[in-house]
Amino acid sequence: MPYVIPDVVDVKQRKTDIGPPHYKNFLPPVIQKNYGDWKTHEILTPGLMVHIANSGDKIWTVRVASPRLLSTDTLREIADIADKYCDGYFRFTTRNNLEFLVSDESKVNPLIEELKAKKYMIGGIGPRVSNVVHTQGWIHCHSAAVDASALVKCLLDDLADYFTTKETPNKVRLAVACCTNMCGAVHCSDIAIVGIHTKIPRIEHERFKDLCELPTTMAACPTAAIIPDPAKKSIKLKEEKCMYCGNCFSVCPALPIKDAENDGVAIVVGGKVGNLRTPPKFSKLAVPYLPNNPPRWPEVTKAVRKIFDAYVAGAKKHERVGEWIDRIGWEKFFDVTGIPFTWQHIDDWTYTFETLRTTAQIKWVKK
Amino acid sequence: MTKKYDTPLLDELEKGPFPSFVTEMKKAAAKNAMAADELGLLEKSFRDKVTYWKHGGIVGVRGYGGGVIGRYSELADEFPNVAHFHTVRVNQPAGLFYTSETMRFFCDLWDKYGSGLTNFHGSTGDIILLGTVTDNLEPLATILSMNGFDLGGSGSAMRTPSCCVGPARCEWSMIDTLDITYDLTQEFQDELHRPAFPYKYKIKVVGCPIDCNAAIARADCSIIGTWKGPIEIDQDRVRDYAKKGMNIQEEIVNLCPGKCITWDGNNLTINNDDCRHCMHCIAKLAGALKPTPPFGATILIGAKAPFVIGATLSWVVVPFMEMKPPYQEIKDLHRKWWEWWSEYGKNRERIGELILRRGMREFLEISELEPAPEMVKEPRRDPFFFWKEGDLEGKPWEKWLK
Ligand code: SF4
Ligand code: SF4
Repeated sequence: MPYVIPDVVDVKQRKTDIGPPHYKNFLPPVIQKNYGDWKTHEILTPGLMVHIANSGDKIWTVRVASPRLLSTDTLREIADIADKYCDGYFRFTTRNNLEFLVSDESKVNPLIEELKAKKYMIGGIGPRVSNVVHTQGWIHCHSAAVDASALVKCLLDDLADYFTTKETPNKVRLAVACCTNMCGAVHCSDIAIVGIHTKIPRIEHERFKDLCELPTTMAACPTAAIIPDPAKKSIKLKEEKCMYCGNCFSVCPALPIKDAENDGVAIVVGGKVGNLRTPPKFSKLAVPYLPNNPPRWPEVTKAVRKIFDAYVAGAKKHERVGEWIDRIGWEKFFDVTGIPFTWQHIDDWTYTFETLRTTAQIKWVKK
Repeated sequence: MTKKYDTPLLDELEKGPFPSFVTEMKKAAAKNAMAADELGLLEKSFRDKVTYWKHGGIVGVRGYGGGVIGRYSELADEFPNVAHFHTVRVNQPAGLFYTSETMRFFCDLWDKYGSGLTNFHGSTGDIILLGTVTDNLEPLATILSMNGFDLGGSGSAMRTPSCCVGPARCEWSMIDTLDITYDLTQEFQDELHRPAFPYKYKIKVVGCPIDCNAAIARADCSIIGTWKGPIEIDQDRVRDYAKKGMNIQEEIVNLCPGKCITWDGNNLTINNDDCRHCMHCIAKLAGALKPTPPFGATILIGAKAPFVIGATLSWVVVPFMEMKPPYQEIKDLHRKWWEWWSEYGKNRERIGELILRRGMREFLEISELEPAPEMVKEPRRDPFFFWKEGDLEGKPWEKWLK
């Protein structure tokens, strides 16, 4: 398909409701030929796998890490590499990694050599750490309580070995969301980080009148902490009910909540989406607060590493983080990770009863 | 262009093995004034530990109510080139496959009309073109459409559907995830481009219960491929796994949630009647076990992040649906669901929240679906249930007591 970018754009030429182009336009010929007719696959190295079709045809996939945020320079370099080794074909994964699709076996090793020479990080296939699903952070979002790209960089610099070589008992899915909107996959990941506030929003009464709708703002509050203030044509906040979720700010710009000193992150653990062995699970609170400490967030990296190392040391083969915790019990999880258990860990919102321990089955970790 | 800002904090993030987003921003900043100011602004955020983007921003292109996320900097005086810094969502090809030619088109386009910064991809699946000014939006949408691309979704609309790699490169896909995604996206173009719902609505399609696109957690409607036939076993290959050191008893038999596999050291047997279709044995014994037809999908509804009532995972509404083009059944269901949700949904109420508020019965009735045990983890525990006129008229107990 020849692409055109005219010098002068006649906006009347715009077509609407055409949707995306058909996916077949982008599939390598060997995939077109064997579409839906694959027999099996083998993971050859942490960054290389081969899929074998019933016809005997094969396609090799080389996976490399991507920071998700990419410049056009890098995208052009990727296109050049794909031309050289992959007849121009490549794809991205649902975790934002990049995959080169090689139809000619003799080009696999030269491709890998060139990627290594260009310092691409090759890996992420099989039972290990893969890329971190994440959000916009301070790069592009108005409600971010933390940056996202930086945290991803810090986490994967630290866990790089587990992307490129070392194995874990099962996949460890990491995710970052920069606020409690939790765009992405934080609520269902093995270890995930979410940006949180710890102070109530400020009310700019003058602006409220002009910028916000009372019913929408009230309805946005999960704990009904917002009540009308008719005198001021604004709102009042029942401070003791506010848990700083920031949803009111999402619908009303006159309720800013960002706070340089008190914003930070929480760490949640044990979620999964796959149905293998056990049903999908939500992630649960492990660490209620760590401070924002740019550019390297050392406290967060260290805390994640503690949880990660305890899992690698304690889990059985094929156990995901959540399955490991289910087996050993939460009292033991807090014991082996050394994370202090606090008021914040006990649910007091929607699911309290479901989360309380209605049994005398207990492990004595403090003897 | 000479370097505009010192970025000592961000420079730290160019060290280390994982590819650096700062390096990416610097590459773009070297030739693009918007990207340069974006870098300066981000350094300031790192220094001050807060975001500097203004709340909201409503921009777009004629004919559509979504597809562009407006963004304005709070510090336009200091960083004038990011005074406007809008994001354009472009509907990605299903399965996220590209050719080099296509990628160069996006690069040329974005160097000319934007910051030169992108995300491949946004969490919903769209290609994200990060940072442009309002005046560029109409020409951008025009050029995209001349080249066969359209905007993705945003706002209270159907968002861009997405899928796993599916039959393109996975032996386990039991439905054509790319085709379903493409077909539904085309069918519901109006719902995608012109927000008409109480809130957002997402569809994700995966080929099997491994769920490589997190459909069950990130989509209001999760379409998950599954099978009804027995699992076919290649005993020689199973023995190969055992010879190569796999402990079949521990790693397969003991972890089967249906407790339906046995291994006598030579032969693997599966009692398919008790299989829960979890994929563990099939995934771990790749090439040795194979699901067999009939193939179809489980349709689940309702996943969302915590706001406002708490996070939900999707739950079963159709245990098994055949998925053959033109996918009429799932399209018809969507039309019924959306009509009901548009009528009863409150402002910013996800469809899952509405179902929980008004009850599964009403939802199933408007869907013209009968209740089934596959829809629940367990029946209710309390004796407080509603009766409708007619529920007992046919004396339903008489039939099964006969
Ligand atoms: S969800 Fe299943 S079919 Fe889709 S890519 Fe993953 S394993 Fe394959
Ligand atoms: S798919 Fe899951 S439930 Fe079924 S036999 Fe295999 S391990 Fe057991």
